[in-house]
Amino acid sequence: MTSPLPLRWFTFAAPSRFYALSGALLPWLWTVTVGLAVAGLYIGFFVAPSDATQGQAYRVIFIHVPAAWVGMVLYLAMAFWAAVGWAFNARLASMVARAIAPTGALFTFVALWTGAFWGRPTWGTWWVWDARLTSTLVLLFLYLGFIALVEAIDDTRRADHAGALLALIGAVNVPIIYFSVRWWSTLHQGATISATSAPKMASIMLTAMLLMTFAFWAYAFAVVFARTRAIVLERERDTEWVAALSQGKKSTA
Amino acid sequence: MHQWASASEFFAMGGYALYVWGAYGVTAIALVLEPVWTARRHQRALAAAAQRDTRLAGGLARER
Repeated sequence: MTSPLPLRWFTFAAPSRFYALSGALLPWLWTVTVGLAVAGLYIGFFVAPSDATQGQAYRVIFIHVPAAWVGMVLYLAMAFWAAVGWAFNARLASMVARAIAPTGALFTFVALWTGAFWGRPTWGTWWVWDARLTSTLVLLFLYLGFIALVEAIDDTRRADHAGALLALIGAVNVPIIYFSVRWWSTLHQGATISATSAPKMASIMLTAMLLMTFAFWAYAFAVVFARTRAIVLERERDTEWVAALSQGKKSTA
Repeated sequence: MHQWASASEFFAMGGYALYVWGAYGVTAIALVLEPVWTARRHQRALAAAAQRDTRLAGGLARER
């Protein structure tokens, strides 16, 4: 029964431990989400001035850019955890990957939707088949394809493995989205923020956008943890700890 | 608070009300509904686990 010390780390990957730990974290994550969103929206709507060329329409940026970032990075996170779940036979990692997919799809949808509502007044069109928009639409379809694939296969672990393969192949789309505005001539503007140059926007607008980005990240962590907890219960319902948990809930109710 | 002279000016968004509120409104609805649906899924999973547990306990009692 003596396990080698380096393997101890994996005890935190036990679904029962994750369930308890994430349950304690959730109220804090939701509090942080609301706090950051209120601060970001206040600065975005009441402190930041109107844009010289776009007037008030530019205020869509405070949700559009954060949603697009979160939608892209969540895909990489989903592919990473799906691969970990496949390569190391780690069940919790596969559950996290499945929990990320709907949230990633939602943020990608929000990025497309807010983009349409920003493009109409500034470009004169809701939609155009250019590289940035089309590759983002492909991202949405990759999320939906992942969800459809894992839901279509009855054997849970086989479904996880098939999903991991799809997620890994689809990951090539993320750098395509990111660099699309550089590789192809596109209607979409270039990067507002980059590691190599100063931001191309006023610092008060940047502050609002970054606050909304952190708010969306806190939201994403909270809702992904919450969904993972539901998936853990669904998959582990035959275990003693879930039985003890449901008994406890009944006696307190 | 210096950006808007009145509430109606705020809601008019300089003539871009449809686009700004159309973007923010749908985003807000989506980000409120998702946690609600997730919480419901969690409740269903808990209820299913409890139900299964009760059946199991009933079965064991009958065996005795």
